[in-house]
Amino acid sequence: MTQPQRPLSPHLQVYRPQITMVMSISHRITGVVLSLGALGVAAWLLAVAGDAQTYASISALFASLPGKLLLFAFSAALMYHLLNGIRHLIWDTGRGLEIAQFYRSGHTVLVLTVLATAGLWALAGGAA
Amino acid sequence: MSASDARHQNPLARARGLGSAKDGSHHWWVQRVSAIALALLTPWFLYLIIGLAGADQATARAAIAPPVTASLLIAYVLALFWHARLGVQVVIEDYVHARALEVALQLAVRFIFALAAIASVIAIGRVAFMA
Repeated sequence: MTQPQRPLSPHLQVYRPQITMVMSISHRITGVVLSLGALGVAAWLLAVAGDAQTYASISALFASLPGKLLLFAFSAALMYHLLNGIRHLIWDTGRGLEIAQFYRSGHTVLVLTVLATAGLWALAGGAA
Repeated sequence: MSASDARHQNPLARARGLGSAKDGSHHWWVQRVSAIALALLTPWFLYLIIGLAGADQATARAAIAPPVTASLLIAYVLALFWHARLGVQVVIEDYVHARALEVALQLAVRFIFALAAIASVIAIGRVAFMA
């Protein structure tokens, strides 16, 4: 049987990583990470509604260094997924689909992710 | 629609536009609706929980209990778990090719996120109605 000449998917192993493909898979990875983090939101709400012991444990966890690092990772993932998600919604309207625009909006999302994450923790530092 | 699609679909199927999975663009659309809801609610949610950093339980309950806050929080967790389920579903569809494992994971994801949503609503409701 002869093989039809179909277009092939890019071979990721021999592709130089480009910002477009790295940001695309990062959107998925942060999405999966945040889905796990969402379970943490449910756990926190249950602790708020539950007994004092559980709330004290979860508060201590969030206040600990590993807990803070985890929250920092979730916050950075959330800022990225939120901003890149807005980029996706703009694409859905048919705008920003030229290659130069992909790069520009990609860099914008990365810069805003850093700024927004830093801003969140500046706010949290002021509040705590 | 390309010519090759027309060969494999009868005219009624093409007119319905639901494709082989029988739900057309429904999943895509709901993912966007929940995304927009989350884009609007997430800044508010972050503002709420940053204000509760290091707070004791009574303070956290008092912050959540007002009807408007509790309502927005329920809207947030419903959009959150709905969006999470839709997204993780697609990741499993794309990367898990062993059929039995895929079905098991899809069921687990549906149950876990549905349960998380129910538990969150119960927790918010308990705090709101206890206040």
